[in-house]
Amino acid sequence: MSYIGIIVTYVFISNFILVQFMGLCPFIGVSKNSESAIGMGLAVTFVTGVASVVCWCVYEGLLVPLNLQYLKTIAFILVIAALVQLVEMVLKKMSPALYKALGIFLPLITTNCAVLGIALINVDESFNLLESFTSGVSAGLGFTMAIVLMSNIRERLELKPVRRLFKGVPIAFISAGLMALAFMAFDKTLLYNLGLV
Amino acid sequence: MSRHIKELTKGLFRENPTFIIMLGMCPTLAVTTQLVNALGMGAGVLFVLLFSNIFISLLKNIIPNSVRIPCYVVVIASFVTVVEMVFHAFLPSVYEALGVYLPLIVVNCIILGRAEAFASKNSVLDSALDAIGMGLGFTMSLSLISVIREVIGAGTITFIPIGDWDGVVHIPFMESSPVRVMTLAAGALLLMGYLKAFFQWVTERNAAKAKALENPVQEAKTEEVTE
Repeated sequence: MSYIGIIVTYVFISNFILVQFMGLCPFIGVSKNSESAIGMGLAVTFVTGVASVVCWCVYEGLLVPLNLQYLKTIAFILVIAALVQLVEMVLKKMSPALYKALGIFLPLITTNCAVLGIALINVDESFNLLESFTSGVSAGLGFTMAIVLMSNIRERLELKPVRRLFKGVPIAFISAGLMALAFMAFDKTLLYNLGLV
Repeated sequence: MSRHIKELTKGLFRENPTFIIMLGMCPTLAVTTQLVNALGMGAGVLFVLLFSNIFISLLKNIIPNSVRIPCYVVVIASFVTVVEMVFHAFLPSVYEALGVYLPLIVVNCIILGRAEAFASKNSVLDSALDAIGMGLGFTMSLSLISVIREVIGAGTITFIPIGDWDGVVHIPFMESSPVRVMTLAAGALLLMGYLKAFFQWVTERNAAKAKALENPVQEAKTEEVTE
């Protein structure tokens, strides 16, 4: 698959939130206002990009030569937990401004399915290093797009009359469902039509 | 004794992990296209939750407080690997259907949440009971969602195949004209929204009832005033 194909696939066709349901917890939890949604999205994009590269290196460089592929789940989650901690420390030292913007979201990312999910998908699809990085960043961008759109919808919903029982989480799910309905327009045939397969 | 039963049953309804606490949404919506997948996921989570709760409860005095989360994650990931291997060997069709969501049990918030909030503070027996209750509550919610989605979306109910029987129950009328969108991502999100609203209504009604039982006199008085 070409690089553009990977980008289109992970941003639109198998969008992490609206199609694969990965990272739904922050999607519902952090999408109340658009500023924190952008912060969360950028933090996730950053971590998925770095984690894809590091997990690929660990898998190809350590687990495959030692014939320990079955340990990939344990290895990846440890790598991600350590990585998130490291990113937090480096950002604090190097770029306090960025740390201030992303800081509160970073600890939450360890348990975000999206990061472990993309690392495992890269292995399943047997991507090379650059393809893994591309898929990681595009998955993060797809997440950012969905969460930012959602936060805008929820900001508007605040001002609309919503039935009492549907206020908050239920209406957020229903809005996400309607968004997913729109995203059904993107499917595998798009890749064939664009000649990207 | 009644306390033990309380630990067991709180996960089923009062603190149901899916509908009330809203944890572990990602597998909940992704694997509920068929009942058999929901049961497989539920069994996997129940197993991991039970053993991780028991082990973390046993190790709670040994694990240093500052590195407890990584320790919990390693314990959980080990049991997830066991589940993955067992499914791969004995239930290959379910293993295929669950795909990447099976290893993703590691980051299921329910398991880490129970380890942190319950197993690290309570005895082994209580932790095991809590795990069984929460695991069964999770399986029940998944089964409910998957039955609704499968009946409306495909017109069938798929159980585990036994012997000659392929495990599929066909629903007349629904099968010839299913509402396909229910088995897709959009249907799952819409259904979850409606179910959450329904459970919010149930919780509110129960709370109102309990309040009325507690102080009926006051209730009567306020009613008089409003009239």
